[in-house]
Amino acid sequence: MDLVSQAPREVPSQVTLTPPPHLILVPETPLWNLPLREIWEYRELLLFMAWRDVKVRYRQTVLGATWAIVQPLTAMVIFSIVFGQLAKLPSDGIPYPIFTYTALLPWNLFAGALTRATSSLVGNAHLLTKVYFPRVIIPVSAMVSSVIDFGVSFVILLGMMLYYGIEPTWRLAALPFLLLLAFVAALGVGLWLSALNVRYRDVSYIIPFLIQVWLYASPVAYSSTLIPTQWRWLYGLNPLVGVIEGFRWALLGTSWQPDILVLLSVVIVMVTFVTGLLYFHRMEETFADVA
Amino acid sequence: MTSAIRVQNLGKRYRIGARVEPHRLLSEQISAAFARPFQRGARWLHGIGTSKNGNGADPAHIWALREVNFEIPRGEAVGIIGRNGAGKSTLLKILSRITKPTEGRVELFGRVGSLLEVGTGFHPELTGRENIYLNGAILGMRRAEIARKFDEIVAFAEVEKFIDTPVKRFSSGMTVRLAFAVAAHLEPEILLVDEVLAVGDTAFQKKCLGKMGDVARDGRTVLFVSHDLTSIQVLCNRALRLSNGQVQGLGPVADEINAYLAESKFFARSQLDHPIPLSDRTRLLRFGFSPDPVPSGSPAEFDMELDSTMPLRIDDLAVVIHDGLNRRVGVLDLRQPHAPYKMNGKDTLKIRAQLRAMPLVEGEYRIGLSIRSDDVHRLVADLVTLDIVAKPDHEMVPYRAAIRGIVAFDYTLE
Repeated sequence: MDLVSQAPREVPSQVTLTPPPHLILVPETPLWNLPLREIWEYRELLLFMAWRDVKVRYRQTVLGATWAIVQPLTAMVIFSIVFGQLAKLPSDGIPYPIFTYTALLPWNLFAGALTRATSSLVGNAHLLTKVYFPRVIIPVSAMVSSVIDFGVSFVILLGMMLYYGIEPTWRLAALPFLLLLAFVAALGVGLWLSALNVRYRDVSYIIPFLIQVWLYASPVAYSSTLIPTQWRWLYGLNPLVGVIEGFRWALLGTSWQPDILVLLSVVIVMVTFVTGLLYFHRMEETFADVA
Repeated sequence: MTSAIRVQNLGKRYRIGARVEPHRLLSEQISAAFARPFQRGARWLHGIGTSKNGNGADPAHIWALREVNFEIPRGEAVGIIGRNGAGKSTLLKILSRITKPTEGRVELFGRVGSLLEVGTGFHPELTGRENIYLNGAILGMRRAEIARKFDEIVAFAEVEKFIDTPVKRFSSGMTVRLAFAVAAHLEPEILLVDEVLAVGDTAFQKKCLGKMGDVARDGRTVLFVSHDLTSIQVLCNRALRLSNGQVQGLGPVADEINAYLAESKFFARSQLDHPIPLSDRTRLLRFGFSPDPVPSGSPAEFDMELDSTMPLRIDDLAVVIHDGLNRRVGVLDLRQPHAPYKMNGKDTLKIRAQLRAMPLVEGEYRIGLSIRSDDVHRLVADLVTLDIVAKPDHEMVPYRAAIRGIVAFDYTLE
């Protein structure tokens, strides 16, 4: 049976300079065997996916990136009226609007990143079943656009500091660290929830509640000095407390001082992040079968 | 001989049926899910493999692949053939690392690129240029590599003028061409290609096939799954034949194709012997032609029945007929002229079609179903066979069927 005549195939005489990678696929891989090197090799894909999310997000909107500012500004106005004017919550001698806006920035970074990370795997299910790459790229790249939003709304904060005559100090140097802490906190929780969300879609219903509860459990609309001293340690278990009060301290010079609770926050964030990474790694091999 | 792919005792088990038992509490499910990976990790630590669990007659699981062993040398183009459910796609999914094996071991010597779908990750809002970069990165190409091949890709796809237009304004043909062009320029040491050539126009398919043939001639290894035996013959020098999740043979392409065709006869059935699931909720209960066999040129009746556990709208429905070499012979478009079929989740849907005269030369044809509904969009090939026999002719001995092609014209001599 010869349907189509076949061209004779020469024996390839190609010289390979570098030995090709050798890959072994087996059912069980050690729990701690994280594909860190591979994630690094796929770093360009991470950038492309993040760039896609940012590019697509505001296509066909009239206001475009302005939306990144509208959200925290609206929250600021509402909080200023309800908590600043009506409830007259103390704001440590700082004008209430900038007091709450400074807190809204890291909070929105955290909440936005967490929400996007959680829905990211389900939203990219078509990729999970069709092509391989380290799956962790999906939640991480989904979080990047929250950092961009943060950058945009941070410019507004600088304008407000100018308006209120608040001068920046050397404490600003702490900001990158606090930012990283907020990002890694969102990443840790996001890794847990995104992996769970693939199997149990209940997670996507839990997220809005979780975010709302977490907002009021964090000193965004109020100052953590309102918390009775004997409960401060419990309150400090929420890593966002350290991040948000740290932001106010670094930018506005509030009386809060970095203390042992910040260290506790760091420990909690690291534990969540590492366990999240391990859980995610354990579950990622089943994503394609259940997504 | 340098190996490119070595597969030992490979097995993949899937869970079928209900994913979550309805009577279990969500909290139980969650705690089990939290515990499972760690239990497995712990068991691994103790050196007790879990992979051999659940052997034998477990009704909730099926083995898509079992005890698969083969080795493919570098620089070879190998076609994978087999019926639906033989395990072809599962094998590619394991080799491309999308899913993990349940047991056994796979060794891959070289960078692996897989193409299980054309245009994976294409985004309609992005321009052609942006999609080339994104899709290339998703398929595992470096940015520098994409940049180097960019002009070639654009020229290959013939979309120069529209390269900075969002893909959503592309015609479907242009989108497919662009997606193919990116994929065709993928140059890993091992290339895995699934049934991706099933879409797109023929001329362009040929162009891509040629391009992939070049990849194989460059000393790279290609594994190619297709129902289209002709393109397997063009592209591959050897074939791997799968049946029921096991390797039936690995040898010269012509030998394996002949063995496959012989084996298909063995499986022949003109009616379904059990319901075939089309999706999680929809099943095909009856499907086939009568009488059996159908005399060529005589009237025949097609008849099918579907059930679904949920309300369903069916937009496209067609019977797809292939000949013994899997060339498409024709379709019976089953759409109703005015409204799509609607199912209410309780009653079955029965569809019947009358053929005034079966226009095919005697032989064995393969009948499949193409369906697009709310919950499924697929072509299920090779559901049943249609056996067509010669119409008794008392006046003249007909020529042999092999030289008469496919169509039996209905005409009179004047």
